[in-house]
Amino acid sequence: MGSKRQFRIWRGDESGGDLQDYTVEVNEGEVVLDVIHRLQATEAPDLACRWNCKAGKCGSCSMEINGKPRLSCMTRMSTFEEAETVTVTPLRTFPVIRDLVTDVSFNYEKARETPAFAPPADLAPGEYRMQQVDVERSQEFRKCIECFLCQNVCHVIRDHDENKQAFSGPRFFIRAAELDMHPLDAKTDRKEYAQAEQGLGFCNITKCCTEVCPEHIKITDNGIIPMKERVVDRRYDPLVWLGSKIFRRGQVPQTSVNSGQHSGAATTSAAHRGVHSHAGGSHDARAERQAQQGVNWHREVPHPTAPAVDDNGKLPLTELTFDRAAAPSPFGDDVTFPLPPEHLNFAHPQQDEKH
Amino acid sequence: MTETRIERHHYDVVVIGAGGAGLRAAIEARLAGKRTAIISKSLFGKAHTVMAEGGAAAAMGNVNSRDNWQVHFRDTMRGGKFLNNFRMAELHAKESPQRIWELETYGALFDRTPDGKISQRNFGGHEYPRLAHVGDRTGLELIRTLQQKIVSLQQEDKRDHGDYEARIRVFSETTITELLLDGDRIAGAFGYYRESGEFVLFEAPAVVLATGGVGRSYKVTSNSWEYTGDGHALALRAGGTLINMEFLQFHPTGMVWPPSVKGILVTESVRGDGGVLKNSEGKRFMFDYVPDVFRKQYAETEEEADRWYTDPDNNRRPPELLPRDEVARAINTEVKEGRGTPAGGVYLDIASRKSAEEIRRRLPSMYHQFKELADVDITKEPMEVGPTCHYVMGGVEVDPDSGAAFGTVRGLFAAGEVSGGMHGSNRLGGNSLSDLLVFGKRAGGHAASYADGLTARPKLAVAAVEAAVETALAPLQRDTGESPYVLQQDLQAVMGDLVGIIRREGELVDALSRLAELRERVAKVSAAGGRRYNPGWHLALDLRNMLVVSECTAKAALERQESRGGHTREDYPAMDPKWRRVNLVCALEGDTVRLTHKPLPKMRPELINLFDRAELGKYLTDEELAEFDALAKEAGN
Repeated sequence: MGSKRQFRIWRGDESGGDLQDYTVEVNEGEVVLDVIHRLQATEAPDLACRWNCKAGKCGSCSMEINGKPRLSCMTRMSTFEEAETVTVTPLRTFPVIRDLVTDVSFNYEKARETPAFAPPADLAPGEYRMQQVDVERSQEFRKCIECFLCQNVCHVIRDHDENKQAFSGPRFFIRAAELDMHPLDAKTDRKEYAQAEQGLGFCNITKCCTEVCPEHIKITDNGIIPMKERVVDRRYDPLVWLGSKIFRRGQVPQTSVNSGQHSGAATTSAAHRGVHSHAGGSHDARAERQAQQGVNWHREVPHPTAPAVDDNGKLPLTELTFDRAAAPSPFGDDVTFPLPPEHLNFAHPQQDEKH
Repeated sequence: MTETRIERHHYDVVVIGAGGAGLRAAIEARLAGKRTAIISKSLFGKAHTVMAEGGAAAAMGNVNSRDNWQVHFRDTMRGGKFLNNFRMAELHAKESPQRIWELETYGALFDRTPDGKISQRNFGGHEYPRLAHVGDRTGLELIRTLQQKIVSLQQEDKRDHGDYEARIRVFSETTITELLLDGDRIAGAFGYYRESGEFVLFEAPAVVLATGGVGRSYKVTSNSWEYTGDGHALALRAGGTLINMEFLQFHPTGMVWPPSVKGILVTESVRGDGGVLKNSEGKRFMFDYVPDVFRKQYAETEEEADRWYTDPDNNRRPPELLPRDEVARAINTEVKEGRGTPAGGVYLDIASRKSAEEIRRRLPSMYHQFKELADVDITKEPMEVGPTCHYVMGGVEVDPDSGAAFGTVRGLFAAGEVSGGMHGSNRLGGNSLSDLLVFGKRAGGHAASYADGLTARPKLAVAAVEAAVETALAPLQRDTGESPYVLQQDLQAVMGDLVGIIRREGELVDALSRLAELRERVAKVSAAGGRRYNPGWHLALDLRNMLVVSECTAKAALERQESRGGHTREDYPAMDPKWRRVNLVCALEGDTVRLTHKPLPKMRPELINLFDRAELGKYLTDEELAEFDALAKEAGN
């Protein structure tokens, strides 16, 4: 019942390699990983590939299949045309070790840098009480099988090795979000940590991570965006800014941001004096002051002008009929870079010294 | 011999295996202040523990307050057909609630009851709802929680010592091929990095084995490639002993269609939540297979069984929730008698019994798995399931309290699936995750205190290291032998066909002679390619472990002339109380497996008194029963 299919598989190591052609038998109901196993058992016994559970639960067999980051155990052969050549390559974001195996230690380093769960000091084992509805938010992120497909697809690091230092990636944003939403986690600066240390700000919400997640975790919508929103709201909210001018810092009323979602021990531990609530704010007084000084909420930003459209009200689609040999600027034709500094919400680290 | 580079490390405790038991052991050793290494055959956090779906059994009494450790103990002994090491079953029942609660302090998020406690679900063989769970991905939660606890310990070390790996380090994608001894004491472990193929030597006075099971020796298995019986074989070669190796659990409901996912488990909670088994004639056949020992606890009619889901106090349980071995045998019989599905299984139907929405909520990853892997919608159609090799009850014979290996070796500990005794002849679902935690902690703690108690560190013998190097490199240097993949297939065929779920004397004898042939062939295996991440080479090295463990299983299966739990002999279909008193112990003499009989430890009076006489009558010999009666009389006076 099998049929012969064409495969192209990348073979090589860090010194280089290329795609090799294989013709291999494929049976009904098989997945790409089955085919790789058949190759190992026949003509390519040393073809390197990671796998464990073969059931989409361990996240080991991540690779790129026809250019798409996928778990090979969950990519059914029936999703390809009979005559289609299936191309299998290693994850692009991580250095190749051999064949389809890459060095994913980047992820373990970032995991190690993310502060662990902080147990509430006043509860003994067995005394934890949480409501199902409250744990479910974090549980969504704890479904993560660490296949690192989201890390692999994220354009911040996919072709920009230099960003890896400052950027932890979607996997660890949802780790921060998970702890942030944990009803009993005693640490209250998860968002600020994500912003300051994990490089949350690099993310511009293209949602590629959500798209490739085999566990269908809504990484962007439920994890990243809520953190971005709340990490921003204290620092850049004009009312908070005004409030902190009227009250002295550290005495800003905390009650309003703290109600609702957290019950019992969470509230008591979060409401320690001088510690911000889950709803945002930075511990670092200096950073907050700088941010406030650098922001001019009333600045007038010139409205961008859209590029010229044709008779049908559409953008000219070819360069032949357009006035330049490139795409029009998405910021408008009349915006030139660099922008004047006074148009930016930016607090220079040394701005105090100028005054 | 050419110069070989070997990386050396010094640790106090080396834990081989990074699943639930290994990580828990490592945490304990590190908390005891020992420098600890964790050896992980795969990447950190990928261990087979992630596959556990149902939950972790612990008598917390959150859902039914009548539950307590005595009831749990009773269920465990009953499930293991009284062959369990009673002390292990006792410790397990007593300590598992504490171990589960501890996980919450590491950050675990279990599903909750309405009053905010850890929710507990029903499971086969457990009298009360007892399994702490997270949807149907409890194993993942457990492994991730322990993984993150280790990270938090490393963060402590970073703060105190400036180095994440000051006192606990994970060696991922590293395989241990040999334990090294100084006389009868453990002196270290030798292995290789999968990535580079380079060798690594750990000098350590204490080693904890937590390598899991042996399922890769079977054709149809739910186990991953790592399950090659490494720990079993390492223990044997170091002078340890194995017990209960004839007892293998075949999970009754593995997927049988499509072929690519054959063997993958369908969690028992599908049945716990109302799923029923039907044959190709549409009959709910489990009612025909309730054995006498369980007759009292299980419903006789479909009506009563269906009432149980909502009113468990006044109705008996549906027979779909019988212990795993009973269900596996029943399915096997149905298929053999021609009432199976086209793919050779039976139907597991939850679609007609629960709303689509409820199925998706209660069994999210099950739904997801079937949808993605097989394009089957379990809310609309029944699943096709059949028995799959799932768990080995047998393993390293250990001291129940400390996890220290018996035999001639000292400094060797074992916990989790690789250890034997706890589950007797059959493991209850949910008892494995709690077993990992309870005995992982114990083994780690005792390994640490053993290391403390030594006056001098054992020394490694250079010759032994050289021999280990030579053995490891041999398959690469031969080019005339067979492919490891062919040998593995042949081994799987022998074990699957001849030492499978139903066993016969003739077949077992045949299996042993075929295994002897395979041993010759495995000794000459050759692997193509180099040392860098070469799966063929890795398999070639795993093969000898799989082989020796398979020999133990086949020998013990031939010896035990009765049917009990995970061991079914067609020629001896009944349970025999005389055999209940016997453990079959395997040891290695030179290259050959030697099998001896050893009496089971006798249960303490206060424990045996937890059972009523009628029940004990099914398991104990007349002589033992007379003793029990005398005890009861004494207590009565």
